[in-house]
Amino acid sequence: MTTPIIAFNHFSFKYYSQVEPTLTNINLTIAKGEKVLILGPSGSGKSTLAHCLNGLIPFSYTGEITGTLHINGQQTDQLDLFSLSKMVGTVLQDTDGQFIGLSVAEDIAFALENENVNQEKMELRVAEIAKLVEMEPYQDSAIHALSGGQKQRVSIGGVMVAEEVDLLLFDEPLASLDPATGHYAMQLIADIHSQTNKTMIVIEHRLEDALQLQFDRIIVMNEGEIISDSTPNQLLASNKLEQIYIREPLYTKALKYAGSNIEANQQPEQIEHLVLSEQDKRNLQYWSSHSSVEPVTIVEPRNPLLELRDVSFYYQEKQIFSQVSFSIYQGELISLVGRNGAGKSTLAKAICGFEPIDHGEILFNGTRFDNQSISERANHVGFVLQNPNQMFSKHKIYDEIALGLVLRQVSEQEIRTRVEDVLHICGLYPFRNWPISALSYGQKKRVSIAAILVLNPRLLILDEPTAGQDLRHYTEIMDFLCTLNEQGITIILITHDMHVMLEYTTRSLVLTDGQLIADQSPVDVLTNDTIIERAQLRRTSLFDLAIKAGIEAPAHFIKNFITHDREVRRTWQ
Amino acid sequence: MAVTMLGYIEQNSVIHRLSGFTKLVVFLIWSSIAMLSYDTRILIALFVVSIFIFKLSKIRFAEIKFVVLFIMGFLALNTLAIYLFAPEEGVRIYGTRHLLFELNGRYTVTLEQLFYQLNIILKYIVVTPAALLFIVTTHPSEFAASLNRVGVHYKIAFAVSLALRYIPDIQRDFHMISKVQQARGVNISPAEKLGKRLKHASSIIIPLIFSSLERIDVVSNAMELRSFGKHKSRTWYSAKPLMQLDWTVLIVSLLLFALAMIITFYDGSRFYNPF
Repeated sequence: MTTPIIAFNHFSFKYYSQVEPTLTNINLTIAKGEKVLILGPSGSGKSTLAHCLNGLIPFSYTGEITGTLHINGQQTDQLDLFSLSKMVGTVLQDTDGQFIGLSVAEDIAFALENENVNQEKMELRVAEIAKLVEMEPYQDSAIHALSGGQKQRVSIGGVMVAEEVDLLLFDEPLASLDPATGHYAMQLIADIHSQTNKTMIVIEHRLEDALQLQFDRIIVMNEGEIISDSTPNQLLASNKLEQIYIREPLYTKALKYAGSNIEANQQPEQIEHLVLSEQDKRNLQYWSSHSSVEPVTIVEPRNPLLELRDVSFYYQEKQIFSQVSFSIYQGELISLVGRNGAGKSTLAKAICGFEPIDHGEILFNGTRFDNQSISERANHVGFVLQNPNQMFSKHKIYDEIALGLVLRQVSEQEIRTRVEDVLHICGLYPFRNWPISALSYGQKKRVSIAAILVLNPRLLILDEPTAGQDLRHYTEIMDFLCTLNEQGITIILITHDMHVMLEYTTRSLVLTDGQLIADQSPVDVLTNDTIIERAQLRRTSLFDLAIKAGIEAPAHFIKNFITHDREVRRTWQ
Repeated sequence: MAVTMLGYIEQNSVIHRLSGFTKLVVFLIWSSIAMLSYDTRILIALFVVSIFIFKLSKIRFAEIKFVVLFIMGFLALNTLAIYLFAPEEGVRIYGTRHLLFELNGRYTVTLEQLFYQLNIILKYIVVTPAALLFIVTTHPSEFAASLNRVGVHYKIAFAVSLALRYIPDIQRDFHMISKVQQARGVNISPAEKLGKRLKHASSIIIPLIFSSLERIDVVSNAMELRSFGKHKSRTWYSAKPLMQLDWTVLIVSLLLFALAMIITFYDGSRFYNPF
């Protein structure tokens, strides 16, 4: 047998700043040319494992190592960051932040420049790589003008350009992509693998989307340890995923709810190849017709809380959206979806007055809204940024939440009661005197929501509240938002997460190329191929499962599943 | 949108086709002459040539108006300060005194002083177009390569060009953060009192600093993982090789430098004295 490309032997790692080791007793070998998925919830140690492979540990982040790690037969702590990065190419998670060059070709060439390659050779190599990652026609384009998917292809090119790289490491490649682009990205990684046979290691927690790549093995991590190492089919047939907070593929979950067992030989890895027995089909059909669906609560037509009439917005003479009209009613929980860069965030900013609109009118509770100032509008509509760190300017949680009221010159007595109310609602009361920097990401998110809520807005708009969160944090944030919603706050979620749409919202507004192309229930959106294609969404696998099982009303089946699943997850808390 | 700051302006001209290295060297030669020489004839000649080169670059005045006005304002201030602190400097240099009229106390207006200050203004006017042209006609990708080629260490050259590159990103962050804080009631409009405005500004600047630090962390990891800093030197993908045109320009400007120095120091002083 040839030397494995990666060999962890009783490997443990502890950051100097922490008490407990982040990785404990890792034993793992990976052979050349394998495609391996490293799966685990946030804090499971999967990112730390990746840092050990690319050398950021121990060369940038220091800590205590016991045991050994060999890459290509060499022990890594006796190498340096540069020799490691020659063997291991890393595609970082934040696609925007990792670009160094201004144009596509220049960024791809960066590693070659650092190796003193001459210009002539560089041009040939860059052209070759641009072709491999399907960016050949865009070599001279400016990076900031590219789409999310194109950017990711450039970053893959940038690490593949060094010829010696024989292992590619992808850190959460799906995190910031819309569903269709994510699907395409996995396809591209698979294509590169079949052309070059390089070893591919992908770190993800979005299992169903990642499975597309047809991995040889899936390594599951939890609390710093490897708890499973098997083929995708074996993993899906086991019940390992239920023990940790990883979202199973929806179709296997539905089968389990219906009372079927999943065997590895049914090929559950991809819905297209899944084999259903007659018993499975009967189970699904029976479950579909017998489980109790709550009657859909139809919102009585009332006066809209927020109304947009023919709203258009131009930026530098380019149309961002045009003639968008819709109404939001009191108490709704709505998703605003569409591909990356479709204008979703800009629309929200226009509602809050961050950007002026060029045409049309916005009404709140029946009165004109678009001529009010930003801070006047903020008394009615609150906007929560995706990155909570972008709004914190105070040290203590209490002061941060109080800031909006202090600036509005509310009396101290009233500030105290209102802030304390909000702290209770958000479950932050015990932490009120903590410094913000001591909080986890999910808690910071709550503080950022609390700081907006304290102004008593009746409508809350959140930009990608669940991006990059694992299932536990996702559920925690979404359940919190549902509680707020039950207390009468109307909520609009900007998202490209189809689970958010499907599991929590009652209505979806689909924005594509600046036009509102759909305003209907999430189930209807996610089963309509025309909308799916235009908005770069993906059809839910539940639909395919329903068709496979011969169920006549797939939409009904999906609604059934969602209601049931929500009940099941509620018991986790 | 914020005022567009000084940056690369796309055009198809001879000047744009020159390598960034050539432009930087010419700019350095240009400013050395302007710094060393007080010879009015040379300064006027250089000024005329600058205007001609500026025309060649096809850059419209309107595109750099803001910066030029800024520099001119600064120049006016400078001229005034020189007069206030050294009203007799011209007399001292040229050794004669042609009094035009007297102002208050020690402030007199002499022909010599006016001539001296005219020379100073000319120096600025000669350097400005050369500096602006280097910045607006050198593609940002080539910028670092040019600095590196004249001897600046590549890490410093890279830091300068990265800083220039991140200006638009940081402007975008600033815009976003300031709107979010305005929604919470932060007011930095001139209507507020200065003390309050400063206090409010901190609630925009603190998050801005933290988000910029996050950005730096990501990009420095990304650079290290792609071998930045491994060797003592590096090559540049977008450096332009020196063409015949570059060599011609370089030789001509070196000759020009020699000629200017000869004329300036011919009579033993770097001041041209018409009196």
